[in-house]
Parts: sequence; structure tokens; C-alpha cells
Amino acid sequence: MDIHALQQIVHKTRDDRRKQTIPKFSPADCDQLIHRYHPDFRASAYRSIRFGPNEGGKTVVELATLLEGDSSIQGNADLTPQYSCDVLVIGGGGAGCAAALHAHGAGANVLLATKLRLGDSNSVMAQGGMQISVAPEDSPVTHFLDTLKGGHMENDHALLKTMVEEGPSIAKWLLELGVLFDRQADGNLHVKKGGGSSKPRLLTCSDYTGLEIMRVLKDEVINQKIPLLEFAAAIELLSDDEGNCTGAIFKDLDNQRHVVVAAKSVILATGGIGRLHIQGFPTSNHYGATGDGLCLAYRMGAKLDHIDTFQYHPSGAVYPEQLIGQLVTEGIRSEGGQLVNAKGERFVNELDTRDVVSSSIIRECEEGRGIRTMSGRVGVWLDTPLLDAEHGPGTVEKHFPAMMLQFERFGIDISKDPVLIYPTLHYQNGGVKIDTNSETNVKNLFVAGEASGGLHGRNRLMGNSLLDLMVYGKRSGLTAAGRVGSMKQGQLTLKHLQRFRADAKKHGNVSGVISPMILPAYTRKVS
Amino acid sequence: MAQDDTNLIDQPEVMKPRMVTIEIAGKKVDVPEGITVVKAMWYAGIDVVRGVGCLGGFCGACATYYRTKDDPKVRTCLACQMAVQDGMSFTMMPSFPARKATYDIQALKDPKQDLFNLYPETPLCRNCNACTEACPQKIDVREGVWKAVFGDFKSVSEMFMDCVMCGMCTPVCIADIAPNLVALYVSRAQGAHFTKKPIGLDTRIKEIQDGQYQDAWNTILKMSEKELADHCATVK
Ligand SMILES: Cc1cc2nc3c(=O)[nH]c(=O)nc-3n(C[C@H](O)[C@H](O)[C@H](O)COP(=O)(O)OP(=O)(O)OC[C@H]3O[C@@H](n4cnc5c(N)ncnc54)[C@H](O)[C@@H]3O)c2cc1C
Ligand code: SF4
Ligand code: SF4
Ligand code: FES
Repeated sequence: MDIHALQQIVHKTRDDRRKQTIPKFSPADCDQLIHRYHPDFRASAYRSIRFGPNEGGKTVVELATLLEGDSSIQGNADLTPQYSCDVLVIGGGGAGCAAALHAHGAGANVLLATKLRLGDSNSVMAQGGMQISVAPEDSPVTHFLDTLKGGHMENDHALLKTMVEEGPSIAKWLLELGVLFDRQADGNLHVKKGGGSSKPRLLTCSDYTGLEIMRVLKDEVINQKIPLLEFAAAIELLSDDEGNCTGAIFKDLDNQRHVVVAAKSVILATGGIGRLHIQGFPTSNHYGATGDGLCLAYRMGAKLDHIDTFQYHPSGAVYPEQLIGQLVTEGIRSEGGQLVNAKGERFVNELDTRDVVSSSIIRECEEGRGIRTMSGRVGVWLDTPLLDAEHGPGTVEKHFPAMMLQFERFGIDISKDPVLIYPTLHYQNGGVKIDTNSETNVKNLFVAGEASGGLHGRNRLMGNSLLDLMVYGKRSGLTAAGRVGSMKQGQLTLKHLQRFRADAKKHGNVSGVISPMILPAYTRKVS
Repeated sequence: MAQDDTNLIDQPEVMKPRMVTIEIAGKKVDVPEGITVVKAMWYAGIDVVRGVGCLGGFCGACATYYRTKDDPKVRTCLACQMAVQDGMSFTMMPSFPARKATYDIQALKDPKQDLFNLYPETPLCRNCNACTEACPQKIDVREGVWKAVFGDFKSVSEMFMDCVMCGMCTPVCIADIAPNLVALYVSRAQGAHFTKKPIGLDTRIKEIQDGQYQDAWNTILKMSEKELADHCATVK
């Protein structure tokens, strides 16, 4: 049927739905729903990791294969450094920029290397906002409890407490750099309510929060004249005799040559994993989100945490084809946008946590109440015109300009027509285990941002990632810089790789792939 | 459970997976109609490293010039946000050598005047509107440049919230202005110097420093797992 004909059910049922309140599921019902429908619970998608620091632990097949993968670096590689620095930051997203700025500000000699251009990352795409408890009725403690509940009680308490307590001072830092957060008439920060939160706590910059923060941070990295290596992908870390981290080897993506960097400490801020398309899911992530940091840190002996759980954002676009997997911001649901199945019914409280909402969408679709597209995709409606109906004409355009433009380019006016959505692979809940200084169990190897794990437990609340980046970017940068004076540059060796390879051999060199992946293989092989 | 066929969208781009002929940097190739410019390059077997970033219309890495079949006008787009059509011709724009001024945003004494020291070419705008026509984000760039010159920093910061820094407004400027860099400076100055300080934020920072939440933390962090879970459930 024509898409407009199928959308009629949403228009027809709108007035009735508006009067309806859908209670949140009880904890027991949530549990049941998630266990039955959430992709994290599809046993066939998982396998155990055969060796290394997480031996015996489970993760998705795609990641396990890469973690057990071999390095592209030969044992006899030339390790003469082309660059030396105090603090090497790997990754040019939010965590990397924050780490570099703070380490530089503390007097360290910093080098920032990144796979694509500075700023090309997931961070730039964040639309929904950043959670910080600034409202009078809110508090860091409430922020802590909400997050813990959202994370199924598995969040690392120390990491989480540090994050919520440092949030407000991070907001101040960003404001001083010129970030334009939305304000109330009295000049105070405007806060919105996000899924799973008991209080309004989301700081926003229209629906361009990540873009605005990254524009400013990138500009600041350039203003501070922090040396940059762009189009440089880290492909191996370096370690000294004691196994401490001492630098990294990069592949220059322009000429495929190796670049060796000696560093007193290394901050990995390489982000997430979406482009591995685990379980065949489309993704909202940027082109370089291939989980490289996990592989690099794992080979070095760093332990990973919660890598069996991923976030599937409830609302990825399903139509038009060009926008598959891209995010339809949670902000729409925060402002009252309703989820509607093919029968015109609501089926979940839209502000429940992401894992619950995603599971309920998958349930609707699996039980035949979804809308299908000819390309074999299925989804449910998100009633975007409801926002204009509820809050007055022009609301969608005013509050969600980025989304309006995205759909308008393909002839769809989301203020008039609902959009079709289905969960999209969005975030890596776990990652490399860190302490409150962002350091791993490998000395002088820090991990910040989405590549790290523990803080979010089994499910991240909307808006907590942007704060995580800034807080642990800062702490890693300051801790690494603080050590510089008392440290000598360690010797550059590949001892950790020898160990890893020996281990792999014992297990029959199981994976047979080279990792990290660096970029997904989308280019068609034209014969 | 079986799907209901009446809930099936007849997507034109999938119903008729028609091949179209396009021209990528001068070379003709056949690709499926309707895929994005970036996907068309992948389909044609071209690796794209420079020119791809977020794939979601936010990072500005994929600045592209294109022309459609019967229209002589060269237009601009973000390659990850534009569908190909028959007879279309395009090429990606490499990073343009615009000059970015460097500054210490906090140390500025008179940001409105400093604009003319940092970007002295800004008042030379000749109103040609080429920048506005080049902007894939539909920003009225020319208007923004004028507002910057006249010190209306607030409006500029609002107008350029959509700017993805693709840089397409820069090569077209006959006065050698880089409007996006001007706007970035202006927006940061607006945020750092001309926006009210949020009082509530300072209050909260002070509360935390003064240990106002210490008792609450002590209680919570001493709880057993079960007690903590029950306590979380009471937060409404
Ligand atoms: C579409 C979208 C919307 C989101 N919205 C929100 C939101 O509203 N609020 C929120 O809190 N969170 C949001 N998130 C999540 C959040 O944005 C990310 O988790 C966060 O930005 C990750 O930051 P990061 O610095 O850790 O990684 P990224 O920002 O992804 O940066 C990683 C960097 O590392 C580089 N890199 C990767 N591998 C290598 C390598 N081998 N060598 C060198 N460099 C490498 C990459 O190129 C990139 O520059 C969103 C995410 C997406 C995808
Ligand atoms: S203002 Fe310039 S840099 Fe910004 S989006 Fe428009 S063309 Fe691109
Ligand atoms: S292109 Fe340059 S000269 Fe023309 S309107 Fe824009 S800023 Fe002014
Ligand atoms: S790749 Fe980021 S805007 Fe196109």
C-alpha cells in the first residue's frame, strides 16, 4: 500500500490516543519483556571468548572474533618513533578532545591522533542532550539513583558517583568555552526530561547538542595548537618490559605507512562499535565506529567489562531507505511523541528506558503488528505530528530542526506525517574497565568515553554519555598529565603482542582475522 | 506470527530498483536509483576515506558539488544526505584552505571589536549571496555575515546552530571570507561573553563542594544490593 494510506491510521487515532495514559511496566514485566525480545538475550548471537583477560566471558560473535584477532604488526617491526609526546590521545571525538584539552592545560606535551578528521565521530551526532543535575528539584544523588536503576543496578558505583558529582562543573567549563546551551527566560539552564529519568535533567543545544559541543571543542583544540595527526588509525599499542603502555603504532590512511609514536601515557578514546552491525542491525554510528580501542586494549592485557550488552536505540529510521538506521531523536518521545502499531494502538509508555521501549517495538513487529517495507524492513509509527497538535503548529520545526531537514531532503515533512522506526544499534554499554582516574589495569593506559565500561551498567540512560565523555576525558587528561614530571619514557616493545600470540597459538589461532577493523568494508568489489 | 500484507509499504525505490547512469568525478557508472551519493561511490567500487565521517548529516565531511541532468547550475550537498538520480554528476570537495584565526576566547576584552582584528575581511562582504546559495543547511549565510559585522552576535549564534562546518560557503566567497569560521567565533563569543550566567548552576556546584549531599551518599553507599534496588524503585 502507499505509505500515505498506511499513515492514515495514525492520523485517525490521534485524538483518542492523546487522552490515553499508558502506565510504565512493572519491574517484573520489564524483565520478562527484555528477556524475551531484547537482542542482548538472543543466545545464538553470543559465544565465549577463548583466551585473554576475559577468557570464558561471553560477547557477541562479531566482537569475540575481533578480540581474538591478530595484529597486522610483525614481531620484528621497526619501532623507531617518528613522534614523541607526554600524552598520546587516540580518537578525535568528545572524549579525545576533552582529554587533550585538559592534559594540555595541565602543561603536558600532547599529541592527538585520530582515524578520520578531528571531530568526525559519534559525539558530533548527539542530538538529545547531556544529563547534568542542575535543576533545583534535582540532585546528583537522584541522578545516581536514576542511572543505577536504568543500568539494572550493575553500574560501577565509584565511577557513577564521580560522574554525577562532577557534572555541574563540566557544564560550567563548557559554558566558559562558549557552548550555547538552551536557557530559560531567567538565564538558568533549560532542562528536559529524558527516558528513564525521574527529573528533567537534559541540557540541550536545540537538537544539535553534540554538534555544538564538538564545534567548540574542535575549535579550542586548534586554538591551543595541540599537534594533530589526522587520517591516522591506531593499529597496535606499545609496552615496556613491565607491560606498561608506552605508545602506539598508527597506519597513515593516505599512504598506508606505519607511524610510531612514543608516549609516557596513552589515552584511548576510540568510541564504540556500531559499524560492526552486530546481529545484522543497522546503526546510528559514524563510519569509524568499529570498536578498535577494545581490540587494542585487550591485546595489551586490559580487562573488559559488560561487553555482552549493547544499546539498541528504539527509534532508528526505517523509511526512506537512504536514512536506514539513522537516529530519530528520543527528544521526540520526551516531548510526547507516541509509538503506534499498524492497528493504530499504543503499546508502551514512550518514556520507559530504552531497552524496554526497544523490546516492546521488536515484540510488536514479531507478533505481526508492524508496518513492512518492500526491502524487508519492518517498523512501527512514531507520531511526530502529535507534537504540533499538542504544543501548537511549528513545534516540530522549532524544536527539531536537524530532523526536519534530514527528512525534508527526501520529501518527507515530519510535522505532518509520522515516521517509521525500528531499533537501531546505537551504543556499546560496556568497554574497557577503568578506575575513577580513567586508568585500566595496564599502567599508563587510560580509556575514556564510549570505549570504556562499567559506568553505565547494562543499559545507558539517554544523555549520560555526553557527560561521561567530558568527565572521564578530563580525568584521564589530568591524571596522565600529572604523572609526566615523575616519569621517563619507557622502552618501546611489542612484548605484549608476543604474549598474546603465544596465547592465541595455544588456542589454535582461532579467529583468523586481523584486528582492529579500522573501517567497515562497504566498498563493492567490482570485478 | 505472520505479517499482514496490507501493512506493506510499496516503496518506489525498492519496487522499481532501476539502474541509473551517473557521473562520479567525470567517470560514468551505473548505480541503483535513489541510493545516497556516498553509497553510490561504494557501489561503484570507490573507497571513500576522506569525505566520510558521521554518515548522518552532522559532521560536514562529505561536502559535494553536483549537477542534475538538464540544469547547468552546480549545486552543493552533503553526500550522505542526497539521493542520486539519473544523469546526475558529482564530485567531492576536498578540505578548503581557509584561514582560521586563533584566539583565547576567555581573554577577549572587546569581542565585537576583536572580530575585525581576527577576521578583517568580514566587513568587505559584497552581498553577492553566493554563500547562502552554497549552504546545504539552508542557513542565510550572507545575512549572518552582515549581522556579525553589525554586532548582532545573538542572532548569528542562533542562525548558525545548524552549521555542520562543511566549508562550502568559503570557496565561493568573492571577498575571501570564511563565513562559517566567522560564525563559529561569533557564537563562542556570544556564549562566553554575552550570555547571562546561570545562577542555579553555581548554587549546585557550591552545594556539592560544601558536602551538602554527603549524608545522602553515606546512606546510599552503605546499603545492601537489595536495599539499594528497593530505594531506587521509590524514586519517582
Ligand atoms: C546518532 C547518535 C546520537 C547520540 N545522541 C546522544 C545524546 O543525545 N546524548 C548522549 O549523551 N549521548 C548520545 N549519543 C552517544 C554519544 O554521542 C557517544 O557515545 C559518544 O559521543 C562517544 O564519544 P567518544 O568520544 O567516546 O567516541 P566518538 O565520539 O565516537 O569518537 C571516537 C573517535 O575515535 C576515532 N577512532 C576510532 N578508532 C580509531 C583508531 N583505531 N585510531 C585512531 N582513532 C580512532 C574516531 O574516528 C573518532 O574520532 C549518541 C550517539 C549517536 C551515534
Ligand atoms: S554555513 Fe557554510 S560551513 Fe556552515 S553548513 Fe552552511 S555552507 Fe557549510
Ligand atoms: S559569498 Fe562572501 S561576499 Fe558574497 S554574500 Fe557571502 S560573505 Fe558576502
Ligand atoms: S558524513 Fe557527516 S555530514 Fe555526511
